[in-house]
Amino acid sequence: MQLPRPLAASINCLPLPLVQRAVALVFRQVLARHPGLFDRLGPYANRRFRFDPTDLGFSFVVYPAGPDITVYRAGKAPPASATVSGPLVTLLALLEGQIDGDAVFFSRSLSVSGDMEAMLALRNGLDDCGFDLPRDLSGLAGPFAPPLQRLAEAIRARALAGMV
Amino acid sequence: MELICPAGTPAAYREAVEAGADAVYCGFRNDTNARNFPGLNFTTEEMGTAIAHGRARGVQTFVALNTFMRAGEEEVWYRAADDAVALGADALILADMALMDYVATTYPDQRLHVSVQASAANADAVNFLVDTFAAKRLVLPRVLTVAEIAALARQVDCELEVFAFGGLCVMAEGRCSLSSYITGQSPNMNGVCSPASHVRYREEGHDMVSELGGFTINRFGADEPAGYPTLCKGRFLIAEEDAYAFEDPVSLDVMDHLEALRAAGVSALKIEGRQRGKAYVAEVVSRLRKALSAPPAERPAQLAQLRRLSEGQRTTSGAYEKKWR
Repeated sequence: MQLPRPLAASINCLPLPLVQRAVALVFRQVLARHPGLFDRLGPYANRRFRFDPTDLGFSFVVYPAGPDITVYRAGKAPPASATVSGPLVTLLALLEGQIDGDAVFFSRSLSVSGDMEAMLALRNGLDDCGFDLPRDLSGLAGPFAPPLQRLAEAIRARALAGMV
Repeated sequence: MELICPAGTPAAYREAVEAGADAVYCGFRNDTNARNFPGLNFTTEEMGTAIAHGRARGVQTFVALNTFMRAGEEEVWYRAADDAVALGADALILADMALMDYVATTYPDQRLHVSVQASAANADAVNFLVDTFAAKRLVLPRVLTVAEIAALARQVDCELEVFAFGGLCVMAEGRCSLSSYITGQSPNMNGVCSPASHVRYREEGHDMVSELGGFTINRFGADEPAGYPTLCKGRFLIAEEDAYAFEDPVSLDVMDHLEALRAAGVSALKIEGRQRGKAYVAEVVSRLRKALSAPPAERPAQLAQLRRLSEGQRTTSGAYEKKWR
């Protein structure tokens, strides 16, 4: 599923520093809920992993050994050890382990390049860690957490319908 | 028939149990098992937790120690066997006869299964393993027809487990040297076929090119379903024709032959895929569980969806109904 164009266009208009701050906040929140997130990476934790959503104008580079995440405008990110690109929803579904990485690869819905050993380690680590983005991130909404989580879960269910 | 399900991570293990596995097979995080991929497999502590989780829910755990020991480093395999036994594994899945001997001698009460990697595909080989190491079950290589499996079952005194769904090795398993020919590493000795360290993908226009050890082994056109970067599923130039020499990118599915396999005396159906994610494990195990109890006419509807998860997004019954011999 592609991100709706008006939504993507709106996000793309946001200033880079603002997106960087929001993404870093989310990253810290996720790490706080999943402190063992990068345990399975072992020696590959010092690689840089780039995520290129094909329907969004930003790239995200994750450095597990930091740990930190850096946002770039699409096409401006430096080379990384391994790169995965595909629709944002597919990347998020992979992050949560809602879909199988091999199946998505077979379907050609995403492409990977670079160090496949590092990419495989990251994929397996993410698959085991039990991400649940609506649950993990709703805490940021304070008293609005329960309705926001329900809304996010409904959006996710709709986005995942019919995916591999 | 029992449903034997794969798990490469604790999360996948829990999904397999939840989805209806009778037993889950898994391995330690080292080269003692044939799915020694980065980030995959279980620490000793995780294995203990998984075994306890399964046991509390009536699900058995089989620990795969199905690579061949390296001379001078046997201790790694012996220690893994010691750990698996101490943790309460319901069975050890072994390929190396020296390791079978160690387990049969040191732990005579431990249930021993012979891995597909042992490549035992005839009555003499199976009976030797049963008589010598008291093997209780043998996982058959994917090279026999259903009729051949039935004939074998009549001549051996052990349970037979067959692969029913998932990745398809078309070679003599445990003996295949294609991966080591290019990369120096094999599933037999290192636990990895086409190790990720030797795999690269690149985009050329709309095509995706896969490389193994610096050799281009396949090129997938725009929207053409892809396969694993293994040499046996590579595309070759033969007599000026660009074609698959050994096997197309395709997965195994023999669920159309359930009744015949049951009648043949097969005790257990195995799902391949310890390298797959938990979503795959949950979906495949739950659908096969339903298919096992569904009338034959309703099975295709249960299983059709699984094709989209398969290598090349296609399935085959492979050697089980061999038409090409």
